[in-house]
Amino acid sequence: MLLREGLASILDRAGHEVRDAVGDADTLLAVVRKDPPDVVITDVRMPPGHSDEGLRAAAAIRAELPSIGILVLSQYVADAYLSSLLETTTGGIGYLLKDRVGHVTEFLASLDRVAEGGTVVDPEVVRQLLARRRDDGPLAALTPRELEVLALMAEGRVNASIAEQLVVSEAAVRKHVGNIFAKLHLEDGLDRRVSAVLTYLRRQA
Amino acid sequence: MQEPNSAWAALAMPRYLVSSWPWRSYAYLLSSVPIGLLTIVVLIAGVAVSAVLSPIVIGVLLLTAFPLFGVVIGIVERQRARLVLPTGIRSPHAAMPAGMNRRERLKFRRREQASLRALGYGVLLGTFVWFFSAATAGLSAVILGITLLAPLIATDDTMGMGPWVLDTTGEGFLFLVTFGPCFYVVSSYLIGVVAAAQASLAKALLGPREDELRRNVAELRRSRLDLVDAFETERARIERHLHDGVQQRLVGLTMTLGLAELDLPEGESKRLVVKAHGEAEAALADLREAVRGIHPRVLVDLGLEAAVREVADRSPLPVAVQMALPNRLPPPIEAAAYFFVSEALGNVAKHANAKSCHVQAWINRDRLVVTVTDDGTGGADPANGTGLTGLVTRLDALGGTLDLSSPPGGPTRLRMESPCRLDD
Repeated sequence: MLLREGLASILDRAGHEVRDAVGDADTLLAVVRKDPPDVVITDVRMPPGHSDEGLRAAAAIRAELPSIGILVLSQYVADAYLSSLLETTTGGIGYLLKDRVGHVTEFLASLDRVAEGGTVVDPEVVRQLLARRRDDGPLAALTPRELEVLALMAEGRVNASIAEQLVVSEAAVRKHVGNIFAKLHLEDGLDRRVSAVLTYLRRQA
Repeated sequence: MQEPNSAWAALAMPRYLVSSWPWRSYAYLLSSVPIGLLTIVVLIAGVAVSAVLSPIVIGVLLLTAFPLFGVVIGIVERQRARLVLPTGIRSPHAAMPAGMNRRERLKFRRREQASLRALGYGVLLGTFVWFFSAATAGLSAVILGITLLAPLIATDDTMGMGPWVLDTTGEGFLFLVTFGPCFYVVSSYLIGVVAAAQASLAKALLGPREDELRRNVAELRRSRLDLVDAFETERARIERHLHDGVQQRLVGLTMTLGLAELDLPEGESKRLVVKAHGEAEAALADLREAVRGIHPRVLVDLGLEAAVREVADRSPLPVAVQMALPNRLPPPIEAAAYFFVSEALGNVAKHANAKSCHVQAWINRDRLVVTVTDDGTGGADPANGTGLTGLVTRLDALGGTLDLSSPPGGPTRLRMESPCRLDD
């Protein structure tokens, strides 16, 4: 309730149009079907069950209307939830801690990336994934630095932001990204950035 | 010397004749006479009143109250049996469910099979037992009394003893010392046997039967499980309260602060707002950590494997997780297994000097087995892990176990086992 109002006011200020603000998963599905928006922002937990209704609603929306971007917020993130989010998706998905909403500028940037079909995963989840150290599959071919770059890509960062984070030049980042695409055998023409991130996340989650 | 715990055991001991047991047997048998008579009088009166009143409903109602009389007989007789059964007879009645009024309580007792059995015992006591007791113990006591008094009686009177007639004090004494001990020995054992038999009858009819004992054990187990379950529910409630209440407010706070940051010009006030924002976020992170220790959300939503993998990921040393669990288990069992792994990994990180750790879980014949093995220095002391002590209690209530094997030099292996279902 509190959160929904706060979120609506942030979106308003940023010039986004809030079509509907609803309190449970069934109503959410109903309004999305009637009047499809660009992006749906949903909590993982929703009434009545307060378990993972939001996730299930997201999966249903993705199945019916794949062009709608979905940003899932959670009080608590765990990489284990990622697999259910990423099962069918081809991008246009975001999974963030609720705390991130407070960093308004970054949050709005994440929202835009999801709307454009990108993938945004909370840094906390990426940290959990990195901690897992699973040495198999195509990712095994990547160097630690390339993995780092890929992890930052998964957070939804663009090259400039990655370069800033790693304190290297943007050209260096571009080189790493090129190597990643090559090692993951991603052809030109696809949205390679999204594919790389998805390979990474699916592999790890 | 150890006191025998039943009349039969007392009969077998060498000092039976010089112990209190023969006298206890007399007391037990003779006291059954007034109680047996009282019982039969009350029963006959009850039946008679019921018969007279049977044209009106109350007579029939009175009949249904008879098992309650059985309950009273049971209480009295179980007490009396302590004379020859020092350990007593346990009550066969089930524990009364809480929150019943007096009427419901009476109804509950009336319907118990144990009450009917006690009533049956009352009928036996009132018709046959008291009479047999009186005949044996009474006769024996009288003969014993006369033998003891023989010298006195023979002084003033003559006593006919079959072919002999005793008419002097000396003859009376002779009779006392020759016949007395023989009679005491024979009668004491006889009385002992009769008393023991009566006590056995009482125990058989007034004590708990095998299934009633089993039921009591089952009730105890159930109530312990209920307790564990109540804890689980309470934890879930606290978790929800923290997530949906406190945390939402903190998130709201960070959002407001975030908005304020946008509007404020660079300067001291903006610096303070940014600082406040950072502090609110730290509070949120702390809260998340606390909630994870209370009732991890992943466990509820995604089950044991996902939750264990998450704990393993957070561990400072590499943890390999191998789990083969076909489906979800009841929440208290999942919670016990989760906290087992969480606690074990915490201990490994703190004490074991280990380089890696291995968590395995599988189902073995309807039992969940979880092991946590590390390659550390071993020599772990089970008394050290206070967290583990709590877990043992928890597992115990579920019917599970916890084992620690930690030879000096390692490896250390903690193993828990628990049934996969709550009802067995």
